[in-house]
Amino acid sequence: MNADRLYAYVGVVLFAMAMYAFLTHTHLLRRLLAFNVMGGGTFLILVGLAQDGRGPDPVPQALVLTGIVVAVSATALAIILLRRWFALSRSTALPEDQS
Amino acid sequence: MRRRVARHAVAGVASVAVGIALWQAIGVRSIPTVSLPALVREAMPASGVSHDITAVLLNFRSYDTLLEIAVLLAAAVVALALRDTPRERMPASQPYLILDTFVWRITPLLVLVAAYLLWAGSTRPGGAFQAGSVLAGAAVLLRLSGLAVLSVDDRLASRVVVVFGLSVFLLVAAGTLLAGQPLLAYPPAWAGALILMIEAALTLSIAVVLFSLFDNAPQSRPAAAPAQRGEA
Amino acid sequence: MDGEANGMTISLAFDWVLGVVLVATAAGALFSKTLFRGVVLFVVFGLLMALAWVRLQAPDLALAEAAIGAGLTGALLLDAIGHLKSRSVTPSHNDDDAVKGST
Repeated sequence: MNADRLYAYVGVVLFAMAMYAFLTHTHLLRRLLAFNVMGGGTFLILVGLAQDGRGPDPVPQALVLTGIVVAVSATALAIILLRRWFALSRSTALPEDQS
Repeated sequence: MRRRVARHAVAGVASVAVGIALWQAIGVRSIPTVSLPALVREAMPASGVSHDITAVLLNFRSYDTLLEIAVLLAAAVVALALRDTPRERMPASQPYLILDTFVWRITPLLVLVAAYLLWAGSTRPGGAFQAGSVLAGAAVLLRLSGLAVLSVDDRLASRVVVVFGLSVFLLVAAGTLLAGQPLLAYPPAWAGALILMIEAALTLSIAVVLFSLFDNAPQSRPAAAPAQRGEA
Repeated sequence: MDGEANGMTISLAFDWVLGVVLVATAAGALFSKTLFRGVVLFVVFGLLMALAWVRLQAPDLALAEAAIGAGLTGALLLDAIGHLKSRSVTPSHNDDDAVKGST
């Protein structure tokens, strides 16, 4: 197994684990963390699988670079929405998740 | 309680299934017939830069980057729309000798690092994204340590900086179209200069957008407070 | 030739260790008891991702991940839990002071 493929498999494990956390947590900030870890796993799969022992590949790397910047802005935006929601409802979970 | 158990069971089954499917998919994937790195290497002389990732980001697939800065702009607009109005200025914190000295010493250094990263982008790892996020980090550091930073609000100057990167990019795109080229296909002789110009504009906008996303986060005033003004 | 093969084995061993630590840190970030601990582990996860990008021969991604994943996201998340936490414990008006104190 080459290093690239190893990291692709690590990405798969991260994705599945974070998906479980995303589906089970009700705290919105925890969901945001899980969503970010899912993104990280996806990035690892993208780059690792495209390279797969054939040396660095600038195309997926550039795509992932774009992805990282979009991910951080989406995270920041989600935090703003979450804080607004918290200011209005005093809750860190969505209404349908409050049991 | 039963709902909770059911939720965990469904989530467990779903994520394990997705994990196994992905794992298997990696194993059976076929070898690609086109080698992207070879294609990139072939086209490098015409790209205007000598670093392959910068060439992909700002020349071969520059519309990705164009859309990316548009996404950042959209995020900044939402942040501006949701921020607390009116903003009270942060109370001047009492001076902390070590913190203040450290921040004042390190900020110029961070600006220098960002400038280097921007300049390095055309020949080696670095570029607008890294430079922009380092600049944004420097601004966040200043804000967190209570030192004065211009805040990003609806004054004209900050609006201009937020849309600056996208505007420069769009102008270049329009220019290539007007010159009879395909969208964002730079003439090789100008490519290097155009890319550096776009990257400089992108750096500024990325830094300001990321900082504004941090700075404009609602302060969680109690729901009854007059901060509600912008509601309804 | 033999030395090269040795180097390969060692770096692959490093990749294995990094992969396991990545998964463990992510698990800590996702399932930790307190949110603060989760966020701190998430920042650590970001730094380890930067290492992984280096190992994948992607220095650009390593730079971006180090600046963004570790620096900016950390500041954003910590700032957010600072606000959410001080509020959800005592959802009354006196938590204004908590905000002022934290800024």
